[in-house]
Amino acid sequence: MTNEECKKAVLDIIADIAPDEDLSNVKADVRLRDQLQLDSMDFLDIVMELRKRHGIEVPEADYIRLASLDSCAEYLTPKFNALAAKS
Amino acid sequence: MNSGSQYDVAIIGAGLSGLAAGIRLAHFGKRVCIFERHNAVGGLNGFYSLGGRKYDVGLHAVTNFVPAGVRGTPLGKILRQLRIDREAFGLSPQKVSRVAFGPKGGAVLRFTNDFGLLESEVASLFPRQAVGFGGITRFVRESPLAGRGARASAREFIRTLIGDPLLEDMLLCPLMFYGSAREDDMDLDQFTVMFRALYLEGLARPLEGVRALMRVLLQKYREAGGERRMKCGVRRVVAREGRAAALVLDSGDEIVATHVLSSIGIAETEALIGAAPSAEPRLGYVETISVLDRPPSELGWGADTIVFYNDSERFSYRNPPGQVDVQSGIICFPNNFDYGPGRGLSEGLFRVTCLANYGAWANLSEAAYRAAKLRWFDAIRDSARRFLPPLCPADALERATVATDMFTPTTVEHYTGHLRGAIYGSPVKSLDGRTSLSNVYLCGTDQGMLGIVGSMLSGITMANQHILRA
Repeated sequence: MTNEECKKAVLDIIADIAPDEDLSNVKADVRLRDQLQLDSMDFLDIVMELRKRHGIEVPEADYIRLASLDSCAEYLTPKFNALAAKS
Repeated sequence: MNSGSQYDVAIIGAGLSGLAAGIRLAHFGKRVCIFERHNAVGGLNGFYSLGGRKYDVGLHAVTNFVPAGVRGTPLGKILRQLRIDREAFGLSPQKVSRVAFGPKGGAVLRFTNDFGLLESEVASLFPRQAVGFGGITRFVRESPLAGRGARASAREFIRTLIGDPLLEDMLLCPLMFYGSAREDDMDLDQFTVMFRALYLEGLARPLEGVRALMRVLLQKYREAGGERRMKCGVRRVVAREGRAAALVLDSGDEIVATHVLSSIGIAETEALIGAAPSAEPRLGYVETISVLDRPPSELGWGADTIVFYNDSERFSYRNPPGQVDVQSGIICFPNNFDYGPGRGLSEGLFRVTCLANYGAWANLSEAAYRAAKLRWFDAIRDSARRFLPPLCPADALERATVATDMFTPTTVEHYTGHLRGAIYGSPVKSLDGRTSLSNVYLCGTDQGMLGIVGSMLSGITMANQHILRA
């Protein structure tokens, strides 16, 4: 998986959690919270959807790594690839 | 032990909070079962059919209504958390509601889903209190959605900003009627939650009433893989080492669950665990329902959605000494929501709700109970009519009435299991949802959130906090 595919996977999740948000112009280097109306309940859902859809675990201490799309990609892409390598 | 008796989560009660919690938990892969003693879902927001007609029990209006695009509100949160499309609930906004005080309802504050109307009504009726009202509004806007975690007195807080007892009572009346379990006062938290829900946000209703909401929730729950067992209450919680080890069902069967989420109330839950029945005061209600052969507006009653009335000098919100308190009440006209062109209810509905004393209704003989219902039906309707335009001819209401029904606190207790038929539950809430057992949590009315949206939010937050995050 590439960084761009990873960002797409995260955006797909956000689109389902927050269908009322416009995701067409999300800037990858800006904190998601600063450009979208996402609260802590929504971030919990992103984490849980990652687990449910992709089997990826994000411990609470690492939630901060999901701040922007860029940081998501940096943190999650290796996890996606490690899982793919296992299967 | 067979596979049908072991769950990650057992939920007691298939009302709004239990179903909302169930949807969250099932969506994230928990094996969930909802146990409901009644044969229908809904709990305190129930529904039934009688004589070929459909009735709602609890829902007058969905509070916390905001139009699409308004962010960061309880309604938006529940829709997101439950993955429900806004349109699915089909909420139509109210027309106009009012608070009418005095022997003939001469002091009036109208409000709509545009908060500006209430502000201007307060400013014109209570010009010297407008600044104080602004202060209350600011305080509520700055309070977190679930409150600040304080049980302080709402009345004491209001008195620091408003010096007119009439305005104090008029502002509190709708908020108490739609959610206070405390006599003559509210927890400050509950006041901020309700002020936001009714005044800053607003009222709406699905054309089909509470059934429309239930259908959406049930479908979501089913799709997520949740199970439910109807006519299957929980009789007892078997406690071992501070935990619920098993649940004994009405059938006598035993089931095991890692977590138990109970929507039936604090005292009711503790009673399942073995505590003595609670003696705390509870507030009961009666409601009369008149089905009319035409919309109330055609009868000559205008477009009021909800009217909160009180005929006395002070607003008394407490258990009445007799069976019913007809000094004050709530009139609800389900017809008077803006359902859109060509859409509306097929018949007129006129509902009146008043405080009632459970003790004065319980333990009556069948004949005495029926006689009391008949007597109070007329007294309640007559009392409420003082706050509506007079009809011409004088017996127009009687002539237009095609069916009637009425519920009392004993009806509510019978169908929901809530002690003494208390619609708003215990006067003392458990905001963190903790009980005497470490794996049993509360959701619903006794967890402290209020209204249709609040009860769903309660189920969601308790499921998140105690089960999904853990």
